[in-house]
Amino acid sequence: MRLRHVFLAPAALVTIVLFFVPLLIALAYSFLTRGPYGGVFAPWTFDNYRRALDPLYLAILWRSVWLASISTLLCLILGFPLALYIARAKRHKILLLNLVMLPFWTSFLIRLYSWMFLLRDTGLINTLLEGLHAIRAPLPLLFNDGAVVLGLVYGFLPFMVLPLYATLEKLDPALLDAAFDLGATPWIALWRVVVPLSRSGIAAGCILVFIPCLGAYLTPDLMGGGKTVMLGNLIQSQFTAARDWPFGAAISLLLMLLVLAVSRLLGKQTENLL
Amino acid sequence: MRRFLGIYAAAAYLFLYLPLAILGLFSFNNSKIAAWRGFTLDWYRGVFHNPALFEGTINSLIIAFVATIVSTIVGTLAGYALWKKRAPWLTNALYMSLLAPEIVTGVALLALFQWVFRFGHLQLGLHTVILAHISFSLVYVVVVILARLRTFDPGVEEAAADLGANRWQVFRHVTIPLLLPAILGAALLCFTVSFDDYVITSLVAGVDSETLPMMIYAMARKGISPEVNALSAMITVGLGLIILIASSLERSR
Repeated sequence: MRLRHVFLAPAALVTIVLFFVPLLIALAYSFLTRGPYGGVFAPWTFDNYRRALDPLYLAILWRSVWLASISTLLCLILGFPLALYIARAKRHKILLLNLVMLPFWTSFLIRLYSWMFLLRDTGLINTLLEGLHAIRAPLPLLFNDGAVVLGLVYGFLPFMVLPLYATLEKLDPALLDAAFDLGATPWIALWRVVVPLSRSGIAAGCILVFIPCLGAYLTPDLMGGGKTVMLGNLIQSQFTAARDWPFGAAISLLLMLLVLAVSRLLGKQTENLL
Repeated sequence: MRRFLGIYAAAAYLFLYLPLAILGLFSFNNSKIAAWRGFTLDWYRGVFHNPALFEGTINSLIIAFVATIVSTIVGTLAGYALWKKRAPWLTNALYMSLLAPEIVTGVALLALFQWVFRFGHLQLGLHTVILAHISFSLVYVVVVILARLRTFDPGVEEAAADLGANRWQVFRHVTIPLLLPAILGAALLCFTVSFDDYVITSLVAGVDSETLPMMIYAMARKGISPEVNALSAMITVGLGLIILIASSLERSR
C-alpha cells in the first residue's frame, strides 16, 4: 500500500462514516413515516417532501431567505468601507484584519449572549433608559426579526470583510490616481472605479455570508426568542419537540441542497479555500 | 474620504468589540441587575464554586482534547497527502462538511447514532460528542496545514530523499519538524472550535455529557446572570489568547 493512501485513509474514513453516511441515513429517513410515538417506520413515502411545500413551511423558507438576504446586504454595507479602510491603511494591515477575525474565533454563543445582555427587557440599554426616565416600559429590543438580523450581521461580518479585503488590496492605486486626474471626486471614483473592480470580492463575500445565514439555527433561536423563525429552528423542533424525524430529515436535506446550490455560484474561487 | 473611512472603520470595530467589553465590565458589577453598583469579584468566585459548571468544564475539556488530538493527526496526514497530489473527491467532501449548516450536520449525526444503537445497547454520551466534533473540526486542520504547505519548499524533502531517506523518513524527520508550528496552530484552532460548539453538541450529547456551552445556553435562555458574564469573560479571554497563539504559530517559519 502506498504511503499516500495510508495518509488519506483516516480522513476518508472520518468523512464517509461521520458525514456522508449520516446524510444518507437522513435521506432514507426523509422517505419514511413518523411512528405514533416518534421514531421512523415504513411505508416509504414522498409525503414529507409534499408537506414541505405547504404554505406554512414555504413561509418559513421565505423568511429564512429574506432574513439572510437583509443580513448579507447589511454586512456588505458595513464591511465594504471597513475592508477598504484596511486595504488602504499604511501600516498594520494584517493586525487590523486579524482584529476583525478575532471575535469570530472566540465563542459564538457568548457573542450572542453579549447582545442579549444589552437588549433584554432587563438588559443594559433598557435599564439605562429606565434609570434616565426616558421610557416607562422596556423597549422590545430582543426576540424579534431585527434582533435576529443584528445577530447574523454580528456573527458573519468577517466572512464579508475577508474576500473584500483580498480584492481591494490587489486594486492598483494608479487607477484611482487616473480617476482623480480625470476630475472624479472621491465618491465618483469609489462608485465608478473601486466598486466595479471589486465585483468578484463583493460576490464572494455575499455568498460566504448568505450561506451560514440561511442555515442559521442558534442566532434565530436565541435572538428570535424560540419561535420558529428560520429553517434551522424548524429542523431542530422536528427532531426534538415535534418528534417528527422524517419531516425534519426532509427539511434538512432541502436546506443542504439549497446551500450547495448557492455555493455553486462561488465557482472557481472555492478552490482557493482548500 | 479618508477621514470618513477612518470614522466608519472605528465604528465597525466598536460594533465588534463593545458588546464583549461591556459583558466583561459587568462581570465585575456588584449587582444582579444591569446597573453598575460597584466592583466585586463575587461572580468569579461563584463560577469557581459551582460544581455543575466544573463538571461541564471537565466534559468540554475531555471532548476538546480527544477531538483535537484525533483531528490534528488525521488532518495533518490528509493535508500532507493532498499537497503531494490533489484528491478532488476528498477536498470536495471536506468543503461540503464546512458548508453544511451545523443543524443539518447535527441531526444527521443524531440519525446515524440512533440507527447504530439499534444494533447494540449503546447510548448517547461523551463518545458520540467526540465523534461529532472530530467530524466537523477535521476540515479546519486540513485548511491550516495545506495553507502552510503552499509556502513550503519541496527542495528540502528532495534533499533528504537524495541523501537516502525513504518517504516515511522524509516525512517523519524533515517535514513534520518543519510543519510543527502549523500543526500546533491547527490543533489550537481545532480546540477552540470544539470547546465552543453548542448546536451539534446539544443534539448528540447524552444526559451525562452536558458541556459548558450547553450550560451557558441554558442560563442565557433563562435571563441575564452576572455569573454567566463572569464565565463568558473568562472563556472569551481564554479562547482569544489561544487564537492569538495559533495565528502567530501558523505564520512562524
